[in-house]
Amino acid sequence: MTRTISEINEKIKEGKAVVVTAEEIIDIVKEKGTKKAACEIDVVTTGTFGPMCSSSAYFNLGHSKPRIKIGGGKAYLNNVPVYTGIAAVDVYLGATAIPDDDPRNTVFPGEFKYGGGHVIEELVAGKDIKLIATAYGTDCYPRKSIETTINIKEINEAVLFNPRNSYQNYNVAVNLSDRVIYTYMGTLQPKLGNANYCSAGQLSPLLNDPYYKTIGIGTRIFMGGGIGYIVWNGTQHNPSVARSENGVPRAPAGTIAVIGDLKQMSPNWLRGTTFTGYGVTLTVGIGIPIPILNEEILKYTTVRDEDIFTQIIDYSDAYPQRKPDTLGEVNYAELKSGKINVKGKEVKTAGLSSYAKAREIAETLKGLIKRGDFLLTEPVAALPSVESGIAFKPMPSKPVKKK
Amino acid sequence: MSKKRIVLTFPGRLVDQPITYHLIKDHNLMVNILRANVTPKEEGRLVIEIGGNKKDMESGMNYLKEIGVDTQPLTQDIRWHKDRCTECTACISICPSEAFVVNRKDMSVSFRKEKCIACELCIPICPYRAVEVNF
Repeated sequence: MTRTISEINEKIKEGKAVVVTAEEIIDIVKEKGTKKAACEIDVVTTGTFGPMCSSSAYFNLGHSKPRIKIGGGKAYLNNVPVYTGIAAVDVYLGATAIPDDDPRNTVFPGEFKYGGGHVIEELVAGKDIKLIATAYGTDCYPRKSIETTINIKEINEAVLFNPRNSYQNYNVAVNLSDRVIYTYMGTLQPKLGNANYCSAGQLSPLLNDPYYKTIGIGTRIFMGGGIGYIVWNGTQHNPSVARSENGVPRAPAGTIAVIGDLKQMSPNWLRGTTFTGYGVTLTVGIGIPIPILNEEILKYTTVRDEDIFTQIIDYSDAYPQRKPDTLGEVNYAELKSGKINVKGKEVKTAGLSSYAKAREIAETLKGLIKRGDFLLTEPVAALPSVESGIAFKPMPSKPVKKK
Repeated sequence: MSKKRIVLTFPGRLVDQPITYHLIKDHNLMVNILRANVTPKEEGRLVIEIGGNKKDMESGMNYLKEIGVDTQPLTQDIRWHKDRCTECTACISICPSEAFVVNRKDMSVSFRKEKCIACELCIPICPYRAVEVNF
């Protein structure tokens, strides 16, 4: 059995496509077998909703009268600094940016109440955002400062562009030290007091297409409640990690860079996020459809939580010191049960990625495709996979030569 | 025997009074102090669970009212903003009284107000600031 994406799209247009979620497919295949299921099912939808730090947005604010060249100057949205080193009224806002006067970790652990991720959420919610900018002034852009409010409905472009989202698998974080630590994996209690994980497991997009055979550059996706596209592999894309027999990586591996029109998105699926003692970020909802082109592709989508293993890492020492040590492996069925065993001790688990919301995204995408509101795209190029030989490189410490 | 969790707010003039002693000794109530925030010359706050028969509970509550202690159910001071919650489950492992629970079947999160002891451990843990305690 084989089918093409254009054949699937024809069925979608006719309202005849058979679409199920990456959760539903597990029982369907158990009941019908791979062969029959592959004949019947056209698309499997996936979803994930978790904090994704490499998220950002860029805007074209429009030109004031008289004009101001914010480019090369300084600008703030709700006091959060934006990058201005591009054209006159284009600015770039990162999810982890925080106001210059935020006390950060001066009084430890810092609260990090507000930052770039929160600005993005408020913009998407349609709230007015305060813009303050200063510039050096030129003949063609004489104005040197501006203070106004902007609204997503009024600015020319608002584009969400995330250089790294939707990690294919992630570490489980624990703390072996004797003090509480505050990390991007949440607050970790001393002496294995808790274990935090962050993946949608069997619903997670890249875990359902482990070798990126259908998900590629140009793939249309559900992004933040709107429509987006995969534009490249994500930063730190690392397809060469150890994999199980089912192809699923046993450690953080592939990532995607995604882009989409922020104006169409929704604050339900883009949430400003705070990690005490660490910083701010953006929680992003991503859903990716997997076209069932053949039995092999279908088989990958039947991956279950108990088939997905990941590494338990000590964030008090091994992670910050970049030691390769792992405290063992665990699967997502165990993680989702509420407790795991680490070094002979029972440890309570908690998630950072919402499985309930991931399911809602997979269901939403299923609905969009079934109603004919979402057509699949043919990737224009593949994401680098295992054969690319790409490996994640560290930063070397080199002396800086004086010239 | 009935039990309830209440928040006592008392003015500075009562800070040095052995109020819990009187509740136990004179009104035959079982008192479990869940949380106390008492500073001299300021208002004091005490979160307690009291238990006893109906008559004793009534006389205890009257005593508190007479001496000028304001009482209100604990649950009024704790708010879980369901719309802010993303059901990530970050709060689950930290909550000591299992007020936050996960339905393991669908991984949905719910909050059982009556179980909450207002320890506030979840507040800095929640990445979405979905819990609010007003003390």
